[in-house]
Amino acid sequence: MSYFETGIIDITYLRENGFLPPEEREKKGPVAVIECIQEIPCNPCVSACKFDAIIMDGINGIPHVDFAKCTGCMSCLKVCPGLAIFIHDKSKAKPSVTVPYEYLPLPVKGGTVTLLGRDGASLGSATVKFVLAADNVSRSSLISVEFDDPALCEQVRNIKVG
Amino acid sequence: MEDNRIATHPILAWNRGNPVHVTYDGRQITAYPQETVAMALYAAGVKQYSTSSRFYRPRGMFCAIGKCSSCMMRVDGIPNMRTCVLQVRDGMEVETQHGDGKFPDVQAAMKGVKEKNVEVLVIGGGPAGLEASLWAEKAGADVILLDQNPQLGGQLVKQTHKFFGSAKENAGTRGVTIAKKLIEEIAATPNITVYSGFTAFGWFQGAICAADQDHAVLFHPRKVIVATGAAEKMLMFKNNDMPGVFGAGAAQTLMNVYGIKPGKKVLMVGAGNVGLIVSYQLMQAGIEVVGVIEGAPRVGGYLVHASKIARNGVRIMTRHTVLEAVGTDHVEAAIIAEVDEKWQPIPGTEQRIECDTICLSAGLKPSTELLEQAKLDLAYTGELGGWVAKRNWAMRTSNPDIFAAGDASGIEEASTAMMEGKIAGLQAAYDLGHMDVPVEEQKETRHNLDDLRAGPFSAKICIGLKCVEVLE
Repeated sequence: MSYFETGIIDITYLRENGFLPPEEREKKGPVAVIECIQEIPCNPCVSACKFDAIIMDGINGIPHVDFAKCTGCMSCLKVCPGLAIFIHDKSKAKPSVTVPYEYLPLPVKGGTVTLLGRDGASLGSATVKFVLAADNVSRSSLISVEFDDPALCEQVRNIKVG
Repeated sequence: MEDNRIATHPILAWNRGNPVHVTYDGRQITAYPQETVAMALYAAGVKQYSTSSRFYRPRGMFCAIGKCSSCMMRVDGIPNMRTCVLQVRDGMEVETQHGDGKFPDVQAAMKGVKEKNVEVLVIGGGPAGLEASLWAEKAGADVILLDQNPQLGGQLVKQTHKFFGSAKENAGTRGVTIAKKLIEEIAATPNITVYSGFTAFGWFQGAICAADQDHAVLFHPRKVIVATGAAEKMLMFKNNDMPGVFGAGAAQTLMNVYGIKPGKKVLMVGAGNVGLIVSYQLMQAGIEVVGVIEGAPRVGGYLVHASKIARNGVRIMTRHTVLEAVGTDHVEAAIIAEVDEKWQPIPGTEQRIECDTICLSAGLKPSTELLEQAKLDLAYTGELGGWVAKRNWAMRTSNPDIFAAGDASGIEEASTAMMEGKIAGLQAAYDLGHMDVPVEEQKETRHNLDDLRAGPFSAKICIGLKCVEVLE
């Protein structure tokens, strides 16, 4: 079953086509991962980036992150209408992932949440590192979760409160 | 009393005000002033509004935007009232309509017709109509804007998701926020007069008749912009008229406009953008989506929308269709099956899905009734959803006084509808000799519109447009 049938993106595709940052980059600090692999007319991430780190060929192009320029500032996460951008960070003692979140209730900092993969299946639990409760009226809230296994960075794409 | 109103929501808040009371078949129902009759009844757990005129089958709501006849009831003695667009009033008497409506007292029903002259009449206050009104006025024209719903905004007011498209043109902003901004702008413009709750229904040699509950007005416009939107398509399956089967747009009206839960367990039929987005919005309202089925072999909408619901555990099943709604007077389950390459159900693959709501998102059809009455040159264009008006690049139809914009001129989406509305509004004003907005503004909008349509997702739209954008 392909992504086009299920909506569940294949991680090998992301790896082979340069959508995932190299491990050395993730170890240096937070970095954006854009899982937008289809040509759709949309570009708010490009204008949101203050570092010109998102490259796109016309409004229907596919966004690519220049991992050297990206600072992981999260500006693109807040505006992406597809909720398709995530932050990986392996520079701290505990690796973390930041995901956009538009459900209630919001989790609380220090609380425990369930980690979910691209298919919504549980990947265990983790501690909430921070909650950026944006006014959901214009932006998405961002939730950062930290855990022990660095391999989870590539897997975690959602959280469940409780 | 049952209350299906949503208390908290991640994006929306409802200021409901003080309750009023309406009588429904002799029983008292609590409602809120901004609700329509159908919505208030639904919130109270009433999901059947009438019985069909021939076989007396139970009927609930279907479109929830005044386009179909599914929610017609008897209100204060008057039959055939579209209760989804009729605002509640304290003390209103609402009755289930059994079969055909009986004509009420003629003297009471006809209250005299007023007449009104105007430069530009815009019919429909959705994204296209709002932009058309604003830009026609900016260019220097007097505008009247009609809408059959109690509030302006069309489908924009239900779009809680952030818009795609160009950052130059509202992308990244939620549809509800765009609607609010445009509606406030309209309210602050003295040269635009709004007639809310008015349905335009008749074209009489250049004059257009519209009416609300109590008044009828005959408008004499010099230019007309038809931005009447679209209606949801029905799918053929057993018991598709059962209460609990309705359009995905109706689910949006219930939960995103009025804050009422459409159901507890919803099956979504159709994985185009509407089906995917509404599934996500249902989950945001705390409702379980038991699955999304799609007849085609692939997801039709943007994959990022599909990923958003997949990562919340919702299964998308392509090559599946719905065969039957199960229940007596309300949906209790759906029977679905796999389909082959010719979209025929494969025997033996049937399965029962427990749900209380079946949402259909099988595509939209342009609402062209007024364009047809005006005897415009129309062309059947499957890529654009059905019959649409032929026009030039500035949305002027085969009658130089009539323009079409938005979904009424071909199914696309809100961002393009807004741009079409702007182009049509400006052109209508230019044709009247008003030039307060330079022509370059209109040309640039058309250029941006073409850019937006340049990608593979718009390939079908562009094929359709080639067939209808043929006038000089």
